[in-house]
Amino acid sequence: MTPSPAASGFPTLVRKEVLRFWKVSFQTVLAPVVTTLLYLVVFAHALASHVEPFPGVSYVQFLVPGLAMMAMLQNAFANSSSSLIQSKITGNIVFILLPPLTAAEIFAAYLVAAMVRGLVVGIGVFAATLWLIPLPVPNVLWLVAFAVVGCGLLGTMGIIAGIWSEKFDQLAAFQNFLVMPLTFLAGVFYSMHTLPPFWQAVSHLNPFFYAIDGFRYGFFGQSDVSPWASLAIATGAFAALSWTTLLLIRRGYKLRH
Amino acid sequence: MPAVEAVGVAKRFGRVQALDGLSLAVAEGEFFGLLGPNGAGKTTLISALGGLVRPDAGTLSVMGHDVGRDFRAARRAVGIVPQEIVFDPFFSVRETLELQSGYFGLRHNGAWIDELLERLALTGKARANMRSLSGGMKRRVMVAQALVHRPPVIVLDEPTAGVDVELRQTLWRFVRELNAAGHTILLTTHYLEEAQQLCSRIAMMRDGRVVALDSTANLLASFSGRVLRVQLENCDLPPILAAQATAEGAGWWRIPVQDSAHVENALARLREAGATVASLEVAEPELEEVFVKLMHRDEAAQ
Repeated sequence: MTPSPAASGFPTLVRKEVLRFWKVSFQTVLAPVVTTLLYLVVFAHALASHVEPFPGVSYVQFLVPGLAMMAMLQNAFANSSSSLIQSKITGNIVFILLPPLTAAEIFAAYLVAAMVRGLVVGIGVFAATLWLIPLPVPNVLWLVAFAVVGCGLLGTMGIIAGIWSEKFDQLAAFQNFLVMPLTFLAGVFYSMHTLPPFWQAVSHLNPFFYAIDGFRYGFFGQSDVSPWASLAIATGAFAALSWTTLLLIRRGYKLRH
Repeated sequence: MPAVEAVGVAKRFGRVQALDGLSLAVAEGEFFGLLGPNGAGKTTLISALGGLVRPDAGTLSVMGHDVGRDFRAARRAVGIVPQEIVFDPFFSVRETLELQSGYFGLRHNGAWIDELLERLALTGKARANMRSLSGGMKRRVMVAQALVHRPPVIVLDEPTAGVDVELRQTLWRFVRELNAAGHTILLTTHYLEEAQQLCSRIAMMRDGRVVALDSTANLLASFSGRVLRVQLENCDLPPILAAQATAEGAGWWRIPVQDSAHVENALARLREAGATVASLEVAEPELEEVFVKLMHRDEAAQ
């Protein structure tokens, strides 16, 4: 009658969150890959005559990792935030809140699923562009490190946005006025060195910039900032946000009354 | 050890005191009813049991596990069917139940899921998407979701609202069997008839407090009674009966009676007065009457 001492519900929550986007992968994976390719075609055409951002690296080559990272960041954010807001608005969040899941388990599950979505989209972008635009052999370790930290950072922001928002338009505001500007102004389309000093300084306050700059280093071995510094700053931002998010969930902020 | 124990539980939402020092204990194996008007605090209490609401004061435990300090054990011990129909449109019925099992750390729960599907007449819908189900079927899936981890305490918050008669019967048959197998059942319902038929003990709530708590039989006996209803032709009730009777209109009168001797006595008085009785019936006590009386008594006391 009594169930045996049970394991953690964490793996199931990860599975559910991954299935949730995978079941509609046309919209959650394919669509962002196509959008990214459109950006690539348009910007590459419009700005192909641009000077080489790094010596020996064409503008189109420079663009690919930036766009891929932008897609990864935006989709990691979209996954956790949209899942949470949908569950809150439809009310099925109770099925997550009633089981014996700890705050850390809930946080980690939404985070991992967001990272999986971001990474799958990133892989999709590379799979689609690889044979059109040849890139140097990448330093895989740097790539993975920045992809993981970047997706983690945005997945965490998505959790905060999903918990905080009570309506879809509040979440849209978060997305349009915070995530979009920060990703667009993080050096996806240009090298920081081309900016006036003031805007360079402003850009250095943007944690997304370090994720993109470091990710690019994995391909070209060149970057605006040392990859170690970038990794430290991006990881620091990720850790600070994670701690905040965990605290919010533990306190039951907007989830338990 | 009580299955559910609340001691001085208080919860305020803004200006509304949803629970106001509520205390009650539900014994293991009981079929317990929680009754009260809207806003009495029933759902708040149930939400607090499941950790959806955190009380401001007091202690609340399930099978001896504090819902705050020992929340993992408390949540494993209780299965809650929420009042609102909610579902995840991404999944089928079976997937929904497999996921819910997994959240409780149960990996190989297929046999029990099959049994739940069968008992709740959902086997044919196992592969159907949740979206395609009728309201009553969604409700039954929610019942199954609450039972995937075989909780010793089962809480049903208005489970039959909007469910048709046949489904209601299926559900109650199943819940009664669970109760017979040792599960404690805590039920809120708007259908007082249901509570009267099912519950062995009932707590009546109002404004976040318990205003009466007793066995269903005692509540009925102390706040209600048998009533003799008579319809008279062309005459009024004799004064000796009129003092305690109430007019219902169209010649109908309600006369409270304790037992059959009282009935005979009342009829004798009517005969003596030369009244012609057109129709007559003896009505059994009803929980509804208890409910109305208690709620009014409480209002008058305020």
